[in-house]
Amino acid sequence: MIFQSITQHLPILQVVLPLIAAPLCVLLRRPALSWLFALAVTWASFAISIALFIQLEHVGTIVYELGGWPAPWGIEYRIGTTSAIVLVVVSGIGSVVMPFAKASVTAEIEPARHYLFYTCYLLCLCGLLGVVATGDAFNLFVFLEISSLSSYVLIGMGRDRRALTAAFQYLIVGTIGATSIVIGIGLLYLVTGSLNMADIATRLPEPGTNRTVLVAFAFLGLGAALKLALFPLHVWLPNVYTYAPSAVTAFLAATATKVGVYILLRFIFTVFGAGFAFTAMPLDTMLMALAVAAMFAASAIAIFENNVKRMLAYSSVAQIGYMVLGIGFATVGGVAAGLIHLFNHALMKGGLFMALGCIFLRAGSVRREAMAGIARTMPWTMAAFVLGGLSLIGVPLTVGFISKLYLIRAAFEAGLWPFGVLVVLSSLLAVAYVWRVVETAYFREPSTEAARATEAPLSMLLPTWVLIGACVYFGIDAELTVDTAFRAATSLLGAQP
Amino acid sequence: MVLRVLGKMMIPFIMLFALYVQFHGDYGPGGGFQAGVIFAAAIILYGLIFGIHNAMRVVPPDVVRVLIAAGVLLYASTGVAGLILGANFLDYDVLAKDPIEGQHIGILLIEFGVGTTVAAVMITIYFAFAGRQR
Repeated sequence: MIFQSITQHLPILQVVLPLIAAPLCVLLRRPALSWLFALAVTWASFAISIALFIQLEHVGTIVYELGGWPAPWGIEYRIGTTSAIVLVVVSGIGSVVMPFAKASVTAEIEPARHYLFYTCYLLCLCGLLGVVATGDAFNLFVFLEISSLSSYVLIGMGRDRRALTAAFQYLIVGTIGATSIVIGIGLLYLVTGSLNMADIATRLPEPGTNRTVLVAFAFLGLGAALKLALFPLHVWLPNVYTYAPSAVTAFLAATATKVGVYILLRFIFTVFGAGFAFTAMPLDTMLMALAVAAMFAASAIAIFENNVKRMLAYSSVAQIGYMVLGIGFATVGGVAAGLIHLFNHALMKGGLFMALGCIFLRAGSVRREAMAGIARTMPWTMAAFVLGGLSLIGVPLTVGFISKLYLIRAAFEAGLWPFGVLVVLSSLLAVAYVWRVVETAYFREPSTEAARATEAPLSMLLPTWVLIGACVYFGIDAELTVDTAFRAATSLLGAQP
Repeated sequence: MVLRVLGKMMIPFIMLFALYVQFHGDYGPGGGFQAGVIFAAAIILYGLIFGIHNAMRVVPPDVVRVLIAAGVLLYASTGVAGLILGANFLDYDVLAKDPIEGQHIGILLIEFGVGTTVAAVMITIYFAFAGRQR
């Protein structure tokens, strides 16, 4: 009876658990205690997301009414296959980063601030999960702000003073993004008189008959593009990833931009409808053009970057390009490929940034010169980095290969074969930037930092390998990810005839 | 001198007005957010007139920080109370025997949580900026 009632409340528990835990963390204050508590909460929320995922096998969508108020009037949480995937990614990464964070945060942040770090971490997790779980447009904006504001604080805690300017830059850009999202939602409310996304979709007038809807569409598109760092609106991202504490970079790189992609998907497919976005508006052409630009420009910059953390940040911009390219195809195969890559990229970038966190802990720097010969003193960390790098390139038996395989297949199916060729060509750029790091770390004489370094502690190495291991596992047995992604894409596109 | 005397006279009334806005919010205009800001304004006024040291003696920063968390907790646990009593999150109907009374209690608690956190955050922001030189 109690068990049954808990499963019924899972959608809200997913979001409220970290929300309640965050102020409790403030009250705990002791660094070790707040870490342990945050760890338990993130694992519990991961368990909830998996339970939701399993629940979805039996029912199409899980709907939860807050306060018992029925949908168009009250706030409802609506979890479909797409949101379930993103929930698993966000809470999963959140729970893997937590054990890693202990040693990393101790080294990078002063002890008096630890409890605030974990509080903000939980708030950020709550916000990201809330964006995904909610079916209410304004609620989405509120959660987006919760996650953004807490992530500005997390980034600003970086040891490098430039972390503050990076956080401030992100604050400005992020606020512009959030503002345009709220303007878009406001305009939609003006036209439809509703804030419930499913309800808005049914009330929207015929495409082309209402100019306010066009403006709302533009604002929402811009806001989502800023949040997911779509080229050329990615300028905030490299600094943020470079100067944020290692644990924060790993967490945000694997989750925040993914939630941005989710917002884009949610508005395109379930609010405006594919017909409006791709037929009445040229969004597909725009997305594809910007995605290709991201794939090449960002990868090219990554090749010439000497700070490896920044190099991976630019690589993230390029990888986001692949996701957006899939969405731009506007076919089931394309959107599925985008979702597959969303999941896979979270695994590899999370793992790679955690490997860099290990190196930063031991060598005190992630510049390429400092990493010379570091494979001799930190063999396990570098092995993880190499596997993650191979996955980034798209070598078979890693998740990167699965992503690119389905992306290229979708390109051919959509009759857009040149894009398939472009995906392969841009992967060659990834070979270049990954190789530069591997060559430095394995074949150069150790630098003074590298010679001093020792292998990272197990508490950091293990979570890194969990994600890298997942990269290989889902690269070999991709059935689960591919099936789920196709189911999600079908339901997204099937929502509109 | 004039400021001190007038300030001393005004502050109790500002606080009283904050409480009025707080607890009258479900009948007329007002609510937790506005009340929190007004209450914080009373403390900030005190700090401006009598110095931040005295204000920090009246409301120690550590206590304020605990209040920030306590307000959010009150809000969230009111929601969870509905969940434990067998309804959905934030459903106040089940908080009392009579659903209308339940709604009444629910919104009062929620707004009190909002008021506490807003007041505490405002005071913290004031302390943070005013206390910078030292």
